[in-house]
Amino acid sequence: MKDTPLSNCERDFLLKAIEEKKRLDGRQTYDYRKIKISFGTDYGCCFVDLGQTRVMAQVSCELVAPKENRPNEGIMFFNIELSPMASPGFEQGRQSELSVKLNRQLERCLRNSKCIDTESLCVVSGEKVWQIRVDVHTLNNDGNLMDAASIAAITALCHFRRPDVSTQGQEVTVYSPEERDPIPLSIYHMPISVSFAFFQQGTYLLVDPCEREERVMDGLLVIAMNKHREICSIQSSGGIMLLKEQVMRCSKIAGVKVSEITELINEALLNDRKARKAGGKCGFAESMPQERITALKKDETPVEMTDVTETANGIIQKGEAAPQTVPSPVVPVPGVGQVGQGLQNSWGLEDDDEDDYEEEKNDNSGDEQVEEVTKMDVGEGDVVEISDIEEEEVVILNPEVPEKPKNTGSKSHQKGAAASKKRQKK
Amino acid sequence: MFSTVRERVGEVLLPGDEFSFEAEEKISLTAPVKSEKVVCGPGLRRCGDRLVVFKSGVLRHKEPNVFWIDSQQRRYVPAKGESIIGIVTAKSGDVFKVDFGGSEQASLSYLTFEGATKRNRPNVQVGDLVFAQFLIANKDMEPELVCIDSSGRANGMGVFGAGGLLFRVSLGLVRRLLAPHSDIRSDLEQLFPCELVVGMNGRIWVKSATVQQTLIIANLLQSAETMTAQQRQQLFRKVQQGAF
Repeated sequence: MKDTPLSNCERDFLLKAIEEKKRLDGRQTYDYRKIKISFGTDYGCCFVDLGQTRVMAQVSCELVAPKENRPNEGIMFFNIELSPMASPGFEQGRQSELSVKLNRQLERCLRNSKCIDTESLCVVSGEKVWQIRVDVHTLNNDGNLMDAASIAAITALCHFRRPDVSTQGQEVTVYSPEERDPIPLSIYHMPISVSFAFFQQGTYLLVDPCEREERVMDGLLVIAMNKHREICSIQSSGGIMLLKEQVMRCSKIAGVKVSEITELINEALLNDRKARKAGGKCGFAESMPQERITALKKDETPVEMTDVTETANGIIQKGEAAPQTVPSPVVPVPGVGQVGQGLQNSWGLEDDDEDDYEEEKNDNSGDEQVEEVTKMDVGEGDVVEISDIEEEEVVILNPEVPEKPKNTGSKSHQKGAAASKKRQKK
Repeated sequence: MFSTVRERVGEVLLPGDEFSFEAEEKISLTAPVKSEKVVCGPGLRRCGDRLVVFKSGVLRHKEPNVFWIDSQQRRYVPAKGESIIGIVTAKSGDVFKVDFGGSEQASLSYLTFEGATKRNRPNVQVGDLVFAQFLIANKDMEPELVCIDSSGRANGMGVFGAGGLLFRVSLGLVRRLLAPHSDIRSDLEQLFPCELVVGMNGRIWVKSATVQQTLIIANLLQSAETMTAQQRQQLFRKVQQGAF
């Protein structure tokens, strides 16, 4: 799939912004984006986030026969995989110009600088050596893949532990991690590459270009350096003429950046070591339980219980309609039960009821008094009482409705009924 | 009948959630029987007698019975009549190829600009931005864009002028910006005077008096995506105090 093209307006804007010493994400000219280093469950797995750029490095090892011309040296192998996941412009399995360039750059940065003691990887001279393979996968591309890949690769190499081996005569024993603790690689120094983008034929310089800046840049200078300020590799691409002072300035900036990043890597490694020693969960993948019977078990969730009584009461209040739908037997006078006759009509009940209620309010002074009493209660009483009172209201209303058509003047009956009801309730 | 869906409006749903409709247990004999139809928008799919959610997002509802999932996706699928910001990638004969962020490039005839004739070609270069709407958006055909409305007027569409910054946001944010009484837009209006073009394909073009202001607006809009209204207003206020 084709990559999204860069429009003219973006290009113009970016160049104008760079002239004004502004960058898209508000960084200064020499600022790196935020770097985050995290580790996987296994040794030698490292994720690096450089702003939105994200890469993963995984180190693995294998016992192989050494190269003929170097019989007692281990083999280092580097591979950068540009997957379409990182950017729609990358294609799977095809060696693009960019991937060749990045691979070569990473090799020069890490292998040719001899930062890893390859002789310590020899098991039996001329027959068996360790081959250390570093696979760097790009997970998201927002520019400056090289720096992210170099940080990920060197951190993963520092993090990696290879199985212990012993030789007795011609017999080689490889121990599992349970038998003997795996051994870290011996690393002399940590080369880290720092990218500089040049604009307007080298007039403007930016550290850590993002994807859109990379697209409009004229040239790129990548300096790989270790914290002792030894330059391990330097590469200029894009075909621009750089002044000597410009290159010197870049190497000075690179020195500062490399020491910062090295510190960060050491800190990340230390944190990880502590976490592993503590035996707690560490790394990204460990947060997901796998293949365990309890994988689906959930922890007990704490439930907020503070205002449960209030909400429960609220529900009870709202549920006041319940007694109306199932009309209770009317009790006209205490001690007399009546079923069927004069029962409440459940058809179109609500409207009727309200009307009645209003009428009642208008012409029934006695009931109003009761109302007032209840209201006062509401005002002063606590929450629990309200529901009780509301039910009382219902009780008063219920017998009222059927009585009406029959006999309008039987207030005493009603009152008596109400009172009896109340007594029953309490 | 659709009360099960209706009562979950406004909730966050995940793919795999489903609603099932059983026949109603009570049928009114007197009320006239209306056949209720539910219209499923993006993120909902009928599966037998169930309604299955296949996008994560908030369930929305529009009277009488239109339901859809409001998701924060970034992939754009063209739809007829939607206005988008495209980048001209090629000029071939009498059509331009326009990239709009979809799976395929759209074609834009040079005659579909306001006032364009065979003689009078519009001045469009490769890499220019165009604001256009879809005339054909069909999964089996090449999408086709036009820069005029049905009466032949430009109506705001056409080639962009120089300057300004283009950036991408999610489609959810774009819809929020284009909503009739958008709160983000009203917050933004109080900040700086700026020109804003919002394409339904998630591209936003912004131009302001200075580079600094343009950058601020672009960054604010990109960060407004994951903020609550309160956080956003706080941030906008902070920017306003810092800017003046």
